[in-house]
Amino acid sequence: MALYSEKVMDHFRNPRNVGVIEDADGVGEVGNAKCGDIMKMYLKIEDGIVKDVKFETFGCGSAIASSSMATELIKGKPVEEARQLTNQAVAEALDGLPDYKMHCSVLAQEAIEAALKDYESKKEE
Amino acid sequence: MIYADNAATTKMSEAAVNIMSSLIRDTYGNPSSLYSFGQKAKEVLEQAREEIAGLIGAEPREIIFTSGGSEADNQAIISAARLGAKKGKKHIVSSAFEHHAVLHTLNKLSKEGFEITLLDVHENGIIKPEEVASAIREDTCLVTIMYANNEIGTVQDIKSIGEICREKGVLFHTDAVQAVGHLKINVKEQNIDMLSASAHKFHGPKGVGFLYARKGILLTNLIEGGAQEKGRRAGTENVPGIAAMAEALKEAVADIDKNTARLIPVRDRIIAGLNEIPHSALNGDAGSRLPSNINFCFEGIEGESLLLLLDDKGIAASSGSACTSGSLDPSHVLLAIGRVHDVAHGSLRLSIGEDITDEEADYIINSVKEVVEYLRGFSPVWRDLVAGKTQFIL
Repeated sequence: MALYSEKVMDHFRNPRNVGVIEDADGVGEVGNAKCGDIMKMYLKIEDGIVKDVKFETFGCGSAIASSSMATELIKGKPVEEARQLTNQAVAEALDGLPDYKMHCSVLAQEAIEAALKDYESKKEE
Repeated sequence: MIYADNAATTKMSEAAVNIMSSLIRDTYGNPSSLYSFGQKAKEVLEQAREEIAGLIGAEPREIIFTSGGSEADNQAIISAARLGAKKGKKHIVSSAFEHHAVLHTLNKLSKEGFEITLLDVHENGIIKPEEVASAIREDTCLVTIMYANNEIGTVQDIKSIGEICREKGVLFHTDAVQAVGHLKINVKEQNIDMLSASAHKFHGPKGVGFLYARKGILLTNLIEGGAQEKGRRAGTENVPGIAAMAEALKEAVADIDKNTARLIPVRDRIIAGLNEIPHSALNGDAGSRLPSNINFCFEGIEGESLLLLLDDKGIAASSGSACTSGSLDPSHVLLAIGRVHDVAHGSLRLSIGEDITDEEADYIINSVKEVVEYLRGFSPVWRDLVAGKTQFIL
């Protein structure tokens, strides 16, 4: 039995939306190196739509796959929809994660929340 | 596939497979049965005991067959603790980077009122014999120090530690699971009172190992039942496994010089190659280490993703990262030699086999370089390090 689903391995081997957006409208970083996982999300938002999203991740296979899947799930979606992304949705889209790896999907959700929060606070300035 | 995880387990030798399968098929009698068919199995069993004893400088009656290294560790430590407790001695000296079979047993004893001193293993993963000497007290009943570390491969000065224990009249046990069959061992010359070994680490089968206990040491039985193993370990003996273990050990010991001469240059070639990766570091002493062991930390990446990508390249290896252990903490061994969490998560252990070629060694070096560079390419930790926002540790 494989450790991860084929979907997880696909997103781990070929992560989507990897990289940096230099002039991002919102940036969120969660996790810490002590625990072995850090995710950073960059958002480009136009007319209330997530036009572009990129990520950088330090972490295990499921952390990289969760970041990748999360970016796929919000790209091109209205900000309101992106805000409602749950970790369960990320895990389900990956055809499931092992129990002890569910925190990776939580981290992906939190990274997007943090990036959106950053976007909101910048907008208010 | 390049199998570079021989510290986890090894491929069984052909001779061991042959002996095991022939015994399973043909010599299935119970060694405790009195008819000749059972006694034939008994003969096989006792011959294996004699061979194994001879290979480590012990006497046959000093060898107790177990289910593996963990059971042997448990039995050795519990036995010494029970003997000590009778005399009011409830202090044990060990080290911070022992295998969990030792550490968890010690933890259990500490809950029963034993006091445990875990010696520092220093940055190089080497225990100083003089620190063993100064840790021994009037009420010390056991010193248990591993022969060679399973993660970073560092080898201890067992003879000196044994000598100190002998002088002070304290029992000395060594978890030699990674050493037996790979390093020359003589329990008498090295002053070892008890030693644990596991067959599958030296090309024998899984589920079988042995405990050497010097004659005169009263062992506590962990498994109650029949009178097998002179009443020291109940349960019908795993005759095919035990015979295969003896065969594998015979071969391994005969080949120690040849294997060491082959492995050390390849090991050092890989170490030199991986040292070229910026912000990386070898874990454990470069000289006093198992001929098969290479263990590195790479800053800015995480070990599990490294292993998965190496697997895609056909390399089977291991890591001390938290994500590979199922816990939140990285390897206690890496923490014990002073690696901080951030760096310990990015570790890689390669334990190469005797049949490795130079081409395979170079393929490993190039693959690790490639994967580390790739993962650093989208690591926010690496980005911050390179940008000078955080300080490099390695």
